[in-house]
Amino acid sequence: MLTIADKKFTSRLFVGTGKFSSSDIMRQALEASECEMVTVALRRVELDDPGDDIMRAIGGGKFFFLPNTAGARDAVEAVRLARLARAAGGGNWLKLEVTPDPRTLLPDPVETLKAAEELVRDGFVVLPYINADPVLALRLQEAGTAAVMPLGAPIGTNRGLLTRPLLEIIIEQLEVPVVVDAGIGTPSQAAAAMEMGADAVLVNTAIAVAGDPVAMASAFGQAVIAGRRAYEAGLGAIACRAAASSPQTGLEFLR
Amino acid sequence: MKIIVNGEERFLEAEVLVTDYVKSLDLDPETVVVEVDGRIITRQDYQSTLLLDGAEVELIRFIGGGSRC
Repeated sequence: MLTIADKKFTSRLFVGTGKFSSSDIMRQALEASECEMVTVALRRVELDDPGDDIMRAIGGGKFFFLPNTAGARDAVEAVRLARLARAAGGGNWLKLEVTPDPRTLLPDPVETLKAAEELVRDGFVVLPYINADPVLALRLQEAGTAAVMPLGAPIGTNRGLLTRPLLEIIIEQLEVPVVVDAGIGTPSQAAAAMEMGADAVLVNTAIAVAGDPVAMASAFGQAVIAGRRAYEAGLGAIACRAAASSPQTGLEFLR
Repeated sequence: MKIIVNGEERFLEAEVLVTDYVKSLDLDPETVVVEVDGRIITRQDYQSTLLLDGAEVELIRFIGGGSRC
């Protein structure tokens, strides 16, 4: 069971709701993934074409909504989005994202820490999206964030756990949950993150843009369960020399 | 009178309550957050807040998003 702040989650897969071709496919994929936590963004209503209301598609209590501050370029914008999300009925949980450069969408560590401190003071349960920086992760934990969400690779790149050695340090050092976010492109990469001891992973693009998003969501759900089970089972040690798994005695009759 | 809604000019015959204006756009007041002149209007104040001439209004709501979409 995963506990973040005061809330327990059975599923260790968080799913982002962007980029799906329709709200119907999105809802089916979320159900197939068996996730509980889903991220949503805030945007202006398009007055001439309001489109589907996501709260109507997947509201109703089945999923736990984690509003994000995607689009914020500095701490001031992130805090404003956070307060709007709370007023919109999104509760006081928040995935804090501050990404000044649209080409890389890499998180700004200084502005993220600044916003996190202010939002924690304001009563938010803050889950910050960060680069895989162990020092920053500790600073955010000290600031009172409920988890940290380091990236495996830049958002939407599907390149997997490029930051693996740093993620390992973060996982070893932190007491709050570590959610590997961004860059996970395949179920095997999600499983690898869980085997390393990540508390959860967040996946969006890899599911939403798959040939069959519903089947892919189910594959990710199973991979996360398998990876977690392997971690809890205790992985065998890595060695340089061979170690026979068949007995090396009783071979006298051969020679 | 004229108000600015999400950056666009809109003309109204008279002052209107936030809740009625949101409904007039076929939007659900339960899922839209309203900012007037930079101030967030809490949901319980939708019934008592009037949009006055010149008001700058932002109508915002949740959409699908993992990270930036």
